[in-house]
Amino acid sequence: MPEIVLREALKRGLEEALETDPRVFIMGEDIGEYGGAYAVTDGFLKKFGEKRIKDTPISEQAFLGAGIGAAAAGLRPIVEFMSMSFTLVAFDQIVNMAANLRYMSGGQISVPMVIRAPTGAGVQLGATHSQSFETWLAEVPGIKVVCPSTPYDALGLMRSAIKDDNPVLVAEPALLYGVKGEVPDEYYEIEIGKSDVTREGSDITLVSYGYGMRPVNDAADTLESRGVSVEVIDLRSLSPIDMDAIVASVQKTNRVVVVDNARRRGGVMAEVTADLQQSASEWLDGPVMRVGSVDVPWPYNRGLEREVLTDTDDVLAAVAEGYGL
Amino acid sequence: MGDNGVDGVADNLDLYRQMYLIREFELACGENYSKGLIRGFLHLYIGQEATGVGAISALQDDDYVVSHYRDHGHALARGLDVNRSMAELFGRATGTSKGKGGSMHLFDAAKGFMGGHAIVAGQLPLAAGLALAQQYNDTDALTICFFGDGSTNQGLYHETMNLAAIWKLPILFFLENNMYGMGSSIERVRAGGIDFYPGMATYGIPAAEVDGMDVLAVKEATELAVARIRNGEGPQFIEAKTFRFVGHSLADGQKYRGQEEVKEWEDRDPVAMFPAKLIEMGLATADQIAEIKAEVGEAVATAVKFAEDSPEPDLSEIHDDVLA
Repeated sequence: MPEIVLREALKRGLEEALETDPRVFIMGEDIGEYGGAYAVTDGFLKKFGEKRIKDTPISEQAFLGAGIGAAAAGLRPIVEFMSMSFTLVAFDQIVNMAANLRYMSGGQISVPMVIRAPTGAGVQLGATHSQSFETWLAEVPGIKVVCPSTPYDALGLMRSAIKDDNPVLVAEPALLYGVKGEVPDEYYEIEIGKSDVTREGSDITLVSYGYGMRPVNDAADTLESRGVSVEVIDLRSLSPIDMDAIVASVQKTNRVVVVDNARRRGGVMAEVTADLQQSASEWLDGPVMRVGSVDVPWPYNRGLEREVLTDTDDVLAAVAEGYGL
Repeated sequence: MGDNGVDGVADNLDLYRQMYLIREFELACGENYSKGLIRGFLHLYIGQEATGVGAISALQDDDYVVSHYRDHGHALARGLDVNRSMAELFGRATGTSKGKGGSMHLFDAAKGFMGGHAIVAGQLPLAAGLALAQQYNDTDALTICFFGDGSTNQGLYHETMNLAAIWKLPILFFLENNMYGMGSSIERVRAGGIDFYPGMATYGIPAAEVDGMDVLAVKEATELAVARIRNGEGPQFIEAKTFRFVGHSLADGQKYRGQEEVKEWEDRDPVAMFPAKLIEMGLATADQIAEIKAEVGEAVATAVKFAEDSPEPDLSEIHDDVLA
């Protein structure tokens, strides 16, 4: 199978949508002339023209809101934020408009829009540019949230997101844009709301998504080398969360550690933890162990930032503390 | 719509009928709010009827109308079903949003009425996006966006004006300047006085001021702006000076303004002045006016009865329409 990087996978998903569906257009800050802050849309302006590739002013509320209006009128806008941190500026529009409109209108208004944003810390951008608000938006009814960790998932989820009749936030782990992976030439989609068991095992379940999959996979390798059989689940979707798959895995392994690259407090893994406590405690040999990044504003300094972020040692420590493995 | 005919008689009477319908509808809302049959926040359009009716009468069927939380008048002027609109305020299953929207969130997508939006200025970019789709699809349709003076102090006001201007969107920004954002007079909260239209020069958006108490003046100003937009001239801006004769909502005791000021505006009440003018000019008879009043009175009474008799939404509908 051919290997491509995650950025290319996203690009392929966007490009084929632009080629096949005239209702699809992309807008965002510096996505055209500049080529996109992370170069996902590089070359698009030349290929598709100004009507389909719209550079916007630095007005996150206005262009996100305009995307909602365009979607309500039947187009399928893809709106890019330069950083997940900047979605905060447009939260009112995302929550009160994109997510609420269908319900408030008694089902009359659809908002088939994709919101793309690079997410996560790790390159010393400091507190304002390193945040993971996908975990906040995953709490909001009326919007779906996905987060790929591989090029294969990035393309499959992007295809599904663009076809979805709901607003879908695609959280793109910024540190993974350059990661390589196999992507088939044959067409496929990945269903939103379904997780992926990326490694089968019988002793313990590790659950994560996005950039959190990196420490989880490393920890799984270490545990396997010690003779522990690890099952790994990549959530792929943060809303809806595929609890059935997690519970099924826990019924098999009786041990679970949930891992978030975002801040530990609140968030997706708090939700998973609470659900497991309620629906799977009889299957568990120990507490649901939760790992997340430290609950402080993200520091700039390299050493401090590394210490704050979830890493392999944090995962292994939780496995040892909870289950003595 | 927008064709005034040979003598304009039919259209004039229809403008009056719409204004009177809104007035009676709003009075019935207030009454049923007092009875506890309508709950939540209720913002009445009483006093501003000529603005919404005059503006919307200048539109085509395929245009979009976007409103704010004081949306009953725009909804009715756009032809939303009176019964279903009242039922929505009563929170009933037969309501326009099946009882899930309420007074501030009326919708009828089939009529291009895209809400009822209750976060101040939040509707502005939505309207720009609807206009973007109209431009994208290469139609001659446009979007009219109503907003109040209070929304002009939100950042979105600037953001949306700028976006619409640089993209030359087919949108008519319609400011209903009723002089108060809830209890704050614009003189207290805005630098630069009570006139907004001169500021549009900043964006290169052509802007006009109109007497919002004069339904024909509003209609004419809107027709002019609409023609420019359909001609590809980009966004236009109209500021209508108007006034709500009642409080911000039914919870408002109006401690922030004097009765003399209210009285001054009430003397220019379009619902009273317009029919008097029509009769005086020989464009309508007292009988015709009386007939309209009787018809409208009956329609509103029917709507209240319809709403009262309508079922509450089934509790099983809680999870409906969250996602497609």
